Amino acid sequence: MKPIKSNEVMLQTLTRILVFIVLSFSIYLLFAGHNQPGGGFIGGLMTASGIALLYLSFDIKSVKQSLPINFITVIGIGLLLAVGTGIATMLLGYPFLTQFFDYFYLPVFGEAELTTAIPFDIGVYLVVVGAAITIFLSIAEDD
Amino acid sequence: MSNLVLLPVLLPFITGAILILFYKKRRTQRVISGFSAIGMLILSIYLAYYVYQESVVVLEVGNWPAPFGIVMVADIFATIMLILSSIVGAACLFFAFQTISKEREKTFFYPFYFFLLTGVNGAFLTGDLFNLFVFFEVMLIASYVLIVMGGTKYQLRESFKYVIINMFSSALFLIAIAYLYSITGTVNMAHLGERVAELEQTGIVTVVAVFLLIVFAVKGALFPLYFWLPRSYYGPPAPIAALFGGLLTKVGIYAIIRMFTLVFNHDVAFTHKGIITVLAGFTMLFGVLGAVSQFDFKRILSYHIISQVGYMVMGLGIYTPIAVAGAIYYIVHHIIVKSALFLFAGATERITGTTDIKQMGGVLKTHPYLAWMFFITALSLAGIPPLSGFFSKFPIIVSGFEEDQHIIAGVALLVGFLTLFSMVKIFQYTFWGEQKHTEEQAKIPAGKMLLPTVPLVALTIILGLAAEPIFQYSMDAAQQIMDPSIYIESVLRGNE
Amino acid sequence: MEILISVMIGVLFTVSTYLLLSRSLLRVVFGTLLLSHGAHLLIITMAGLQRGVSPLLSLDADAYTDPLVQAMVLTAIVIAFGVTSFILVLSYRIYKVHQTDDLEELRGSADE
Repeated sequence: MKPIKSNEVMLQTLTRILVFIVLSFSIYLLFAGHNQPGGGFIGGLMTASGIALLYLSFDIKSVKQSLPINFITVIGIGLLLAVGTGIATMLLGYPFLTQFFDYFYLPVFGEAELTTAIPFDIGVYLVVVGAAITIFLSIAEDD
Repeated sequence: MSNLVLLPVLLPFITGAILILFYKKRRTQRVISGFSAIGMLILSIYLAYYVYQESVVVLEVGNWPAPFGIVMVADIFATIMLILSSIVGAACLFFAFQTISKEREKTFFYPFYFFLLTGVNGAFLTGDLFNLFVFFEVMLIASYVLIVMGGTKYQLRESFKYVIINMFSSALFLIAIAYLYSITGTVNMAHLGERVAELEQTGIVTVVAVFLLIVFAVKGALFPLYFWLPRSYYGPPAPIAALFGGLLTKVGIYAIIRMFTLVFNHDVAFTHKGIITVLAGFTMLFGVLGAVSQFDFKRILSYHIISQVGYMVMGLGIYTPIAVAGAIYYIVHHIIVKSALFLFAGATERITGTTDIKQMGGVLKTHPYLAWMFFITALSLAGIPPLSGFFSKFPIIVSGFEEDQHIIAGVALLVGFLTLFSMVKIFQYTFWGEQKHTEEQAKIPAGKMLLPTVPLVALTIILGLAAEPIFQYSMDAAQQIMDPSIYIESVLRGNE
Repeated sequence: MEILISVMIGVLFTVSTYLLLSRSLLRVVFGTLLLSHGAHLLIITMAGLQRGVSPLLSLDADAYTDPLVQAMVLTAIVIAFGVTSFILVLSYRIYKVHQTDDLEELRGSADE
């Protein structure tokens, strides 16, 4: 992918701000997904689009230096996390992927609902981020 | 209620996920995948034993009660298919250890191999139509990757067509599910079976049935939708081609048999005796004619897949317990024999460096074991007693005559002769005659390569010699699927 | 409303059929994309376009929406997303290797 020389300053300055908004909103979407619109897939896509924006405005090499993550490993970890949630309930003698939830008091957030759907959703999130970026890079790194 | 039902799906899935983490380490991948394949074999045999004792075993995923949540159902037919998929999966995997190239091993061959098995096993076990679609997609996406892996010019070109055709049929699958949901208000297969039986206007259900038949016919390579198969299966290396040829099309056939015994049994005279039987006849005939006209090892085998898919569907079309049992027996025989033949094609290709049978010759002299093992398997495919091919074709053709379906039974007999002809053609060109490969090639050892195929060849002999108990077993499976109320009661009312 | 959406689905299917039959690689990909969009819309429409709250046990309401369709469509969209991105990469590779996007030239010769 050839960097765009002429408008780089504009794009890079904007990207620095925008990426934070995109990423934080994607995290919000991930955790809102249990009872409201959102979820792992949408959140993951949004994160992936944020990272893709980074790749577009800076070149791939420098992003890889500041973000040294192997996205293929991320897919594997995500898959294991998602299945692991289901298997954990299996080990307790319930059917695969049985849901549990309860209300806890957390130090910063106050009263919060914690469910077994959250680790599952995080797994989905990781898979989507990893897969989307891998696809993106496999085309971009081709030339 | 038993999580055991889901384990054959989970095990390959977890294996695939773990293998992704080790994608650069060849040896680790081999060890993990080898153990997992053997584990799957043991697991599926245990599950089959368990199901045989307990009748139908059901798991309601996520503890959602039956018509609302997804159910996984294991009956005898499903467990037979599971055992087959793990036998073939293990054999092809161990063959791949010997022959697959290093580049493929490092570009996610093993993870996608296991994701493919996840999809296949899931499709066998699921009791939910939409979930069937999902598992089909898991299987297909893995197959897209495996079929294009290596990226030669030919593979890229043909896999594009393969992907487009399958995407199209997946869209049709979704459309059929949408129609069926609007008619019956459910996608649970047991619930569908119950509701369709109660429905007064059956015409529209027949339309959806034909719609689904088209979808599964594309995946299962039925006439006239088989055109993609020979070219796509030619490209990938032998272990992948063997897995695809043995297993992948049969998932489509399994879905046809499942749907047309459990749900669409309202108008047997039209759907089964009318459409399916006619399609089966044309499939057999055109498949075998394609095979007769070809002079390429892999292509002949690919065309034979088509012709033999016809036998299985013919068993369903005749729709008597004996015919359906014959179809199940035939699937067992076919998956084992076909995978073995594709592996032999891979071995001969490795020795002679070509798949064109006109450029081969005299392999019998340099590699006698390969030749005779091929000979046994080829005769079994053609249906020579006492091998498994004979005993699986016999009940189908006999019940064809008994049910006054003389034309289709005659076609089946003719196709048997032509199969024998084209198998003898391969044997004559490849193994007899003058040696056309060099002395160096003649020294390539075949022993290690052939080791994974030995169990397959042994199985086709055993299936033939022990035809009585095995036919009894498929008879049990057939009686269970021919009486949908067993399945429906177990899923909806529980069997505790 | 159902009729309007049905017409729209029909248009989507027509366009996708036209695109699928064209000779350009990318157009065929777009054809399958539109076909899957049509199929997803069809699922939603076939279940009836209801307005209402989510069907939770604790809620009292006059009308409930059907959650099953939403779940099915979401799954189908995710799958379509995955397959489409795969085929985009694949067609890019084909273009790179074969130096053409004309399907007529990608037919392959008879003797292969």
